[in-house]
Amino acid sequence: MPKRHSLRVDPISCDGHGLCAELLPELIGLDEWGYPVLRATEVPGTLLDHARRAVAACPVLALRLDRASR
Amino acid sequence: MTGIMQFAASGPRPLWYATRASGTIALLLLTATAVLGIAVGGRYAPQRIARFEISALHRNLSVLTLAFLGLHIVTTIADPLVPVSWWAAAVPFVSSYRAPWLGLATVASDMLLAVAVTSAVRLRLGRRRWKAVHWLAYAAWPVALVHATPGTDARLPLQLGLYTGCLAAVVTVVCWRLYRAGPGRVAARLSAALTALAVPAALGGFLFSGPTHARGGAPATPLTVRYGQSSARAPHGGSP
Ligand code: HEM
Ligand code: SF4
Repeated sequence: MPKRHSLRVDPISCDGHGLCAELLPELIGLDEWGYPVLRATEVPGTLLDHARRAVAACPVLALRLDRASR
Repeated sequence: MTGIMQFAASGPRPLWYATRASGTIALLLLTATAVLGIAVGGRYAPQRIARFEISALHRNLSVLTLAFLGLHIVTTIADPLVPVSWWAAAVPFVSSYRAPWLGLATVASDMLLAVAVTSAVRLRLGRRRWKAVHWLAYAAWPVALVHATPGTDARLPLQLGLYTGCLAAVVTVVCWRLYRAGPGRVAARLSAALTALAVPAALGGFLFSGPTHARGGAPATPLTVRYGQSSARAPHGGSP
C-alpha cells in the first residue's frame, strides 16, 4: 500500500538554522530571513531518504515528516 | 629533556601508556565536540562550510569521543597496577584509588553517556526532553578537564599547554554563544559568562596549589610515576 509522506515545519520552534534547505533544496527554500519555505509538502519516493536526513539534521526538531496511508 | 629521559626510563607499561594517550585524545575530541555543538547552538553560519556539515561533524566526533573514552576506561580497568573495577568505572565515588579524581571521571563519563544515548533517540524523545539532557554536556566538560589535571602527564609543559588550549577554546566559544543568545536575558547571560570565566580561574588556582598533594583516598603508591622526581616509587624499570 503506497504511503504518502508530507513535510511540515513547526514555525514556532524553527530558529531559521537553514540546515534543512542545505540538505533538501529540492523541496525547501529559504526566505530572506533564513526561514524555510516549502516548495511542496508532499515528498516523492526518490527524495524520501534526503527528507529523513533533513529532518534528523534540524537542530531544534522543527522539521517533521508525517506519514499517512492513502 | 630530563622529563623525556625519565619518561623513557619508566619502563614498558603498554596499558598505562594507552590509558594516558586515550584519555588525552578523548579530552581533545570532547573539546572539539563541545566547541562544534556550541557553534551549532549559536547558529554559526560560515561562508565556506555548510551548516549541516558542522552539525554532522559535531555528531560524528561525539561518537569518536566516546570510542576513545571507552578505550580509556577499558585500559584503566585492565591495567593490573590501577586498582579500578568495572563497578567503580560506572558508579561515582566508590573507588578508593585516587578517590576524588576517579569519582569525577565517572561522573563525567556517566553524563556524557546520558547525552549520547538521548541524542541517539532524539527524534522520538522530542526536543524538550532531549535538550534538557543535552545541557549536561556543559557540566561534563569541565569535570572531565578537572579529572585530567592531576594526571601523570599534567606535569609536562606540552600537556599543560594542551589543557590551556582546550580551556581557551571552550571559554571563547561559550562567550560567543552567550553573545549570540542575546538580546535580552542579560542577567542570565552575564552570570553564565562569569561562571564560564570562573572555570579557568579555579582550575589555575587548583593547579598552583598542587593537586597531586591532595589527600583523600588510598596512597597512590605504585602509580605516581612523577616526572622530575626520584623514580624510587616507580613500580617498573625506574633506575637501572
Ligand atoms: C557526548 C557527546 C556530545 C557532547 C559533549 C555534546 C555537546 C554539545 C554542546 C555543548 C552543545 C551546545 C548546546 C547549546 O549551547 O545550545 C551541543 C549542541 C547540539 N548537539 Fe550535541 N553533544 C554531543 C552529542 C551529540 C549527538 C550524538 C547529537 C546528535 C543528534 C548532538 C546534536 C546536537 C545538536 C543538534 C545541537 C544544537 C542544539 C540547539 O541548537 O539547541 N549532540 N552539543
Ligand atoms: S533546519 Fe530546522 S530550524 Fe533550521 S530552518 Fe530548517 S526547520 Fe528551521
